Amino acid sequence: MARLSRLAWAVAAVVLGLGALAAGLEAMGYDAAPALGALWSGAFGSWYAFTSTTLVRAVPLILIGLGIAIAFRGGALNIGAEGQFYAGAIAATWVALHAGARPAPVAIIAVLLAAALAGVVWVALPVWLKLRFGVIEVISTLLLVFVAELLVSLMVQGPLQERGHIYPQSDAIPDSARLPLIAGTRLHAGFLLALALGVTLWFVFSRTWWGFKLRAVGLGPRAAEVSGRIDSQRVGAAALFLSGAMAGLAGGVEVSGVSYALYPNLSPGYGFTAIAVALLAGLHPAGVVITGILFGALEAGAGAMQRDAGVPAIAVYVVEAVIIIVALLATAPKGGWSGARMMRRKRPVASRAS
Amino acid sequence: MPPVFELTGIQKRFGSVQALDGADFTLGPGEIHALLGENGAGKSTLMHIAYGLVRSDTGDVRVNGVVRRITSPRQARELGIGMVHQHFTSVPALTVAENIALAAGWAVVPNQLRDRTRRLSERLGLPLDPDQRAGRLSVALKQRLEIVKALAGEARILLLDEPTAVLAPAEAAELLRVVRVFTEAGGSAVLITHKLDEVLRAADRVTVLRQGTVTYAGIVAGQTVESLTGAMIGSESSRSSSLTALQPGVPRATAKRELIRLQALELSRESGYGIAIRPAALVVGSGEIVGIAAVEGNGQRELLRAVAGRIVRLRGRLEVAQPVAFIPEDRTSEGLIPELDLTENVALGLGLDAPWIRRGRIRWGEARARTADLLQEFGITASGPRSRAASLSGGNQQKLIVARELSRSPAVIVAENPTRGLDVVAAAAIHARLRSAAAAGAAVLFHSTDLDEVLALAERVIVVARGVISEVPPQASRATIGAMMLGGDG
Amino acid sequence: MERRPYDAAEAAGREQGLLMELLALAGGFLAAAVRVATPLLFAATGETLAERSGVINLGTEGIMLAGALAAALGATAWGPWAGLGAAMLAGMCLAAVFALIAIGARADQIITGTAITLAAVGLTGTIYRRAYGDAGVGLSLPTLPNVSVPGLSSIPVIGPGCFDQPAPTYLAVAALPIVWWVLFRTRLGLQLRATGEAAAMARAAGVRTGLMRAGATIVGGGFAGLGGATLVLAQVGTFAERMTAGRGYLAIAIVVLGRWHPAGVAAAALLFGGATALQFLFQALGTRAPYQLFLMLPYVLTLLALAGVVGRVRAPGDLGRS
Repeated sequence: MARLSRLAWAVAAVVLGLGALAAGLEAMGYDAAPALGALWSGAFGSWYAFTSTTLVRAVPLILIGLGIAIAFRGGALNIGAEGQFYAGAIAATWVALHAGARPAPVAIIAVLLAAALAGVVWVALPVWLKLRFGVIEVISTLLLVFVAELLVSLMVQGPLQERGHIYPQSDAIPDSARLPLIAGTRLHAGFLLALALGVTLWFVFSRTWWGFKLRAVGLGPRAAEVSGRIDSQRVGAAALFLSGAMAGLAGGVEVSGVSYALYPNLSPGYGFTAIAVALLAGLHPAGVVITGILFGALEAGAGAMQRDAGVPAIAVYVVEAVIIIVALLATAPKGGWSGARMMRRKRPVASRAS
Repeated sequence: MPPVFELTGIQKRFGSVQALDGADFTLGPGEIHALLGENGAGKSTLMHIAYGLVRSDTGDVRVNGVVRRITSPRQARELGIGMVHQHFTSVPALTVAENIALAAGWAVVPNQLRDRTRRLSERLGLPLDPDQRAGRLSVALKQRLEIVKALAGEARILLLDEPTAVLAPAEAAELLRVVRVFTEAGGSAVLITHKLDEVLRAADRVTVLRQGTVTYAGIVAGQTVESLTGAMIGSESSRSSSLTALQPGVPRATAKRELIRLQALELSRESGYGIAIRPAALVVGSGEIVGIAAVEGNGQRELLRAVAGRIVRLRGRLEVAQPVAFIPEDRTSEGLIPELDLTENVALGLGLDAPWIRRGRIRWGEARARTADLLQEFGITASGPRSRAASLSGGNQQKLIVARELSRSPAVIVAENPTRGLDVVAAAAIHARLRSAAAAGAAVLFHSTDLDEVLALAERVIVVARGVISEVPPQASRATIGAMMLGGDG
Repeated sequence: MERRPYDAAEAAGREQGLLMELLALAGGFLAAAVRVATPLLFAATGETLAERSGVINLGTEGIMLAGALAAALGATAWGPWAGLGAAMLAGMCLAAVFALIAIGARADQIITGTAITLAAVGLTGTIYRRAYGDAGVGLSLPTLPNVSVPGLSSIPVIGPGCFDQPAPTYLAVAALPIVWWVLFRTRLGLQLRATGEAAAMARAAGVRTGLMRAGATIVGGGFAGLGGATLVLAQVGTFAERMTAGRGYLAIAIVVLGRWHPAGVAAAALLFGGATALQFLFQALGTRAPYQLFLMLPYVLTLLALAGVVGRVRAPGDLGRS
């Protein structure tokens, strides 16, 4: 029942988002109908469009979104997934360029593992700051996004710059480090990986003690702690690490499946959009896959909208924003975040002496 | 002389609880008026109505003979009413002077503010360092700041909500002296308290509340500890439950095994202030039900949580047989997670011990079946094991917690206010469960703010007062226990 | 190689020339640092107000962007000063939306802020294309010229940096003591700080905390809008999609590094500005030094500050709590 009403809210959010777009376009003198038509056909109009733009766009959103679902379920607000994504992309490129001579499965596995590990490393500092000094992860993870972007820029003008030393990008990674493509499309095996991880997380969330602990800590950190069964801090830290690993992995998958090289602006804000994806999905893995595809479709369709209907592609961000706000208002009054936020404020008000 | 402040026919209901039932209160000029009663008698609610923090359902408030509708603390202050709350209400990060300025609405010009603060606090005989951060003050100084804040707005009526609860005896005496200086200068003060000696020593008049109604109002002169206790917790003859259960010589279980044993135990207060339990010893055996009688904030909470393994001991020995069941006081923030369903809440309490968990994997089907059994066994009214905990009534939520904890066949059961807010039937059901668990060999250690409940359920009563544990002698009277709880000589 | 005879006079001249060049370079560096810092300072000043009241507004990035576009539109229609006003107004409006959701409906501040930024990116991008055409190139706006303070602007090194800047820079600097005064010398400021530190206790003292937070957020939005306007009207001279490029988030880092105090915020903004200006300096010197390391430095410092390594930093007690 609760799930149904959540689904109803999600649908309402999407309808409202698209409605806002249509109304806005009409108000600005655009013709809304062809714009929405172009949006649709660009995203779902053909098998090629669906696989090679929509799903290709969806893969990083799903991977990062699954990670954010882990973090948010555990009450950890990791909003720096964009930085962890870049950390993963850097590590993946490095490993692919240096170990690419190995046979394909070995090289690919090494690349993806390195990417996930880099994501973990990138989130390690915020975890430490949170546990040791009580620094809220919102600020620390966000700050590290910009450090990661600068690091990419540094890498592609330094150690990882292409051989000609002209362009700010890396060499193309060798074939052995590239994810195989699905026949006749530009869709890579990363999509299958994302689906597999979605199923795994669905199992972990719904069928395991760890997944249950995560949710308990997110929804009722006090009760979780008082139960004597759960160490809220440890669970919160693990949630941050895992979400970092997922975002890092997404960076690796993007390099070895789509871009085949590292360059600045590799991500059009996947790390931030994925927050909306996870949120709209109610932090549910199957929902993340579906909303990931939906947002992938929005962004893929946006290009077509600009090409075919002359409406700026950037307008879809308004749709995304409206969707987030509607979902937020639907869950805000008694949603998990208020509980999650309490966790970081364990000190009773009156005893905060310093 | 006409009263400066008058509350008549005040009614207030919170949900199913009638907090105040036609209470009257009259404050005369220049007097210290004690408002006496047990926890939950309605003292604080009555004064919160007077200060505009709570609206009464019916009844009138008169200030200097004029009927007023006081809807906010701001309005109360404008009418010359100041309040010192039970809890620290200053902003820790701001300085003493800034906190006073915030409360009194003074201008914020540093030097001027500093002088004004210094002048005020010295005039009141309560010196404070204006530049000290409020969060860094000692407990006594924090209290002092609260009083200076209350009086900064030229208040003529001062409401003090258990101001001596956190103070050492000498500090408390000093505080009462200051209040006397205030009333001698023409002010009037209300002193909410449950300390009888304080009333007898410091107050001119006293109003006693019991369960929302006034049981005595008059001058203090001529009253005794006994007469006030009678008004406060009811005369012994008027109660069905008495200490007969404490009669010795009827051991229910022979050859008791010791299941809880603590020796020279010391605990720090959860809030981080001072020691909650001074070196103490206690033994609870198999089949025993031990009740703790205590006034809030005397260390009973820490004692229970230490036994339940939720607080780490400071010093001393603590041996508790496992497994321990724990029924925390606050159902919805500590006992349950309201957003989760009943099965999940049962799983939360049982953790990895549950039979439906194998190698980290939960078989929810089994858990649901077991939860459904528990619902039936404990007579919990719910639409099923998948309904959310938030959808249950308070009584059923509590039954769920008890069911969950008892389903582990615990050796030791620790409970805080196990029937708070429940109706008679639900409370009786919970008592029956605890009794049968004890009969089956568990040791039960519980606390209730309601002395009647302690006396009804416990076979043996201990009192925790100011961190000191003492055994209640067999055949002790209510009045004796009351005096012990209030830290008297008893 | 032909060896020329040694000429002392020429050597002295060369040395003097080198000195002049160095001074000019330093002056240019400082001027660039101040220029880069100005929009950051505006946004960070506004965010300081909001955070002091307990609101963390990640929408600042989007609000700056909205301010930038409003400035462009206003300047096109009525001239640069009107653009400045329009930017402030736009910033306040968008901040009011944030306040409505995050304070009115008590939704999570972080996620609300993210949504506001997304909405602003989409809206500004679309409106901009509608207003100026798809290409958008060649858009050249009337800008605010530099105002040099007579006499002072010719002081070597600090003259061009401090006394020959466009009007918004002076405005941003002038706002600092005012904000400081309001925060620390008025009853309003006291109530605001109490709200941010311990809202429950402020309410007990009769402070209308919701109103305080909404007010601080909206005024903060006005500042952020001015920051965006500065970018357009005093620096770039045009609008571009996503032109704020993370400056709004940077402002939040600056507030942390500046320890929620106007003076600290000014210093932190200048530090971030300096780090960016160093990049220009390196380019001018023709070196290929890894300027990114210098750009990272302020972020690293901010993280260290959060950890308490670089002095003690304490966030307002109730920051981010809805």
